[in-house]
Amino acid sequence: MSGVLVIAETRRGELRDVSLELVTAAMDVNDPAGGRLTVAVIDGSPEAHAQALGANGVDEVVTVTSPVEHFEAHVAQRAVEALIDELDPTLIVCGHTIDALGFGPAVAAARGLGFASDVTRIAWDGGPIASRGAYGDKLQAELDFPGRERVLLLVRAGAFEPASGGGGASVRALDVDLGDAVRTEHVDFVEVGAGDVDITKADFLLSIGRGIEDKDNIPQFEELADKMGATLSVSRPIVDAGWMSNARQVGQSGKTVKPKVYLALGISGAVQHLAGMQKADTIIAVNTDPEAPIFTVAHYGAVTDLFEVADELEQHF
Amino acid sequence: MKVVVPVKQVANLDDEFELDDDGTGVDPDSVEWELNEWDTFSVEAALQLAEAGDGTEVVVVSVGDEEADEGLLACLAKGADRAVRIWDDGLEGADALAVARVLAAAVERESPDLVLCGVQSSDAVAGATGVALAAHLGLPRVAVVNKLDYDAASSTATVERELEGGLVEVLRVRCPALLTIQTGINEPRYATLRAIKQARDKPLEVVELAALALDGAAVAQAAGARTRALRHHEKGEGAEMIDGSAADVAGRIAEIVKERMSG
Repeated sequence: MSGVLVIAETRRGELRDVSLELVTAAMDVNDPAGGRLTVAVIDGSPEAHAQALGANGVDEVVTVTSPVEHFEAHVAQRAVEALIDELDPTLIVCGHTIDALGFGPAVAAARGLGFASDVTRIAWDGGPIASRGAYGDKLQAELDFPGRERVLLLVRAGAFEPASGGGGASVRALDVDLGDAVRTEHVDFVEVGAGDVDITKADFLLSIGRGIEDKDNIPQFEELADKMGATLSVSRPIVDAGWMSNARQVGQSGKTVKPKVYLALGISGAVQHLAGMQKADTIIAVNTDPEAPIFTVAHYGAVTDLFEVADELEQHF
Repeated sequence: MKVVVPVKQVANLDDEFELDDDGTGVDPDSVEWELNEWDTFSVEAALQLAEAGDGTEVVVVSVGDEEADEGLLACLAKGADRAVRIWDDGLEGADALAVARVLAAAVERESPDLVLCGVQSSDAVAGATGVALAAHLGLPRVAVVNKLDYDAASSTATVERELEGGLVEVLRVRCPALLTIQTGINEPRYATLRAIKQARDKPLEVVELAALALDGAAVAQAAGARTRALRHHEKGEGAEMIDGSAADVAGRIAEIVKERMSG
C-alpha cells in the first residue's frame, strides 16, 4: 500500500477547478505516502480530461468511464472502491464539494477508512494529519487516524492553489463494471439565482447576514448601501428566510466574489460563506461574537453592535 | 409510510470558552446545546410528508446523552410520532462515521421508506453522517437536497440537489432512500407551548448499544478520526481589530472604505 489517489471532478463536460487544487494538496504529502501520485477521473467521457489532469508531479492519470453522462454518486462510490482495489493507495483525496459529499463518506464507511471532511491542511506524522475547523469553525482541530492504514480526506475547495499543467503523466483506462451501480436518474440541470444585479461585478459589497435579525431591517441596509456606493449582498440565512433573492447570495452555493472592499455586517462566516468571499482585496467584519470565524479572514474587524455602527456609518457618506 | 429523521443536539460555544486540560475538547461548562439547524429543516420536510399522506409515521432518532432529549421533545412537539435516543458513555466524542454506524443499527429496526438527515451539523460540519448511514443501510441517497417532491403511488422522490454557484440538478430516486436536507428547503414550524407540554406524553425510547447488538469496540472501530489537538485559529495576516465606540468604529471603517475605493 502506498501513494496518493486524487479523485478529480467534472461537471457538464468541464473539469472543475478543485481537481488541480487537490493535486497540490496531495503533492504536499506524496513523498511520505509512498511517492506515487495518481489522479483518477470518473466521467461519461473521461479521456477528454486526461491531458489537463497530467499536472506537474502527477505520475499517472487513470480514466474510468461512467455508464451515465453526468456525475452519479453511486457510480462514483463503486468506481472509487475499484480504484482503491487496483491502486492500493495510502491516502485518497477528494474535494469537500457537493458531489464528493455524495460518495466520499459512503466509501469511508463501506471500507472502514480513516476519514475527515472539510480539510484545509494535510501534514504527515507517521501517517496523514488533517486540519479542519471544530465547533462551528470557532477552533482549529488537528486529526489523526490511529489504526487506519488507509485514509480518505475531503479537502476544502479553494484551500490550495491549483497545480500547474504540463507534466508528463501516463494515461490509462481502468475498466470497471458500473452498469448496475446507477441508483438515481438525472433529469435536468437548472440555473438559479439569475437576477437584476450581478454582485460578482461590484467593487464594493456591503454584505449582511443573520445578525440583522429581522426582514424589516433590510430597507435600512439597502439605504446604507446606496449611500455608501456599495452593492448589497447577503449570506445564506437571509436567502433561506426568503428575505432577499438568491442572486445576491455570497458563498459556495451562491456567488464567488472578489470586490475591492467586502464589508460584512452580522455575518459569522460559515465555511461555505468564507469560500465565496475570502479573496476580496479588503475584508472588514463587524460582529458581536469575537470568536466568529469571519475574523480569521478579515483584514479589519470590530466586535460590536452592527446597528450602532450602521447608524454611525451613514454620517460619513 | 414511515419516515425516519436522525437529529442531533449540537454544541454552541459561549463567547468566552476554555479548552479542556488535554487540549482536545472544550470545557463542558462553556457549551450550550440546541437542536441542529439543518435538522429543523429535515424534520419539517418529514412532517410535511406526513401531512400530505395518510398514516405516515415520523420517527426521530438521536445519538446522544440526556441533553438530546430536549431536541427530541421539540421534534415531538412539532408533530413527530415517536423518538428514539441511543446512548452509551463510550460514544462521547464519537465522530460522524461512528455515529453513522450506531444510527444504522437503530434505523434498520425501523425499516423506513425514507430517511431524511440534515446535510451537516453546525458544530462538527462534517456533512458525512447521512451519506455514511446510507452506505451502511444499502440505501440509495441524494446529498444536499433543497427541493423534495414525493410521489406515493410510485414510491419515487423527485429532488433538487443544490450544486455550487447557483446551479441545481433535478433527479429522481426510488424509495426507500436517504436524502440529506439543505437549509431553506422549507420554513420550519415552531411548536406551541401546549404542544411542548403534550410532547412529554409521546414515546421517547432510550436504547442502549447492546440492544442494537453493538458495543463500544464496534463503534470505536467505525470511527474515522481522532482529534489530537484543538487550537484557536490564527487570525488573518495583517488583521487589525478596531476598538472604541460605534462612532469610532464607523469612522475608521469609512476611512478604510474611502481609501480603498479611491485607490
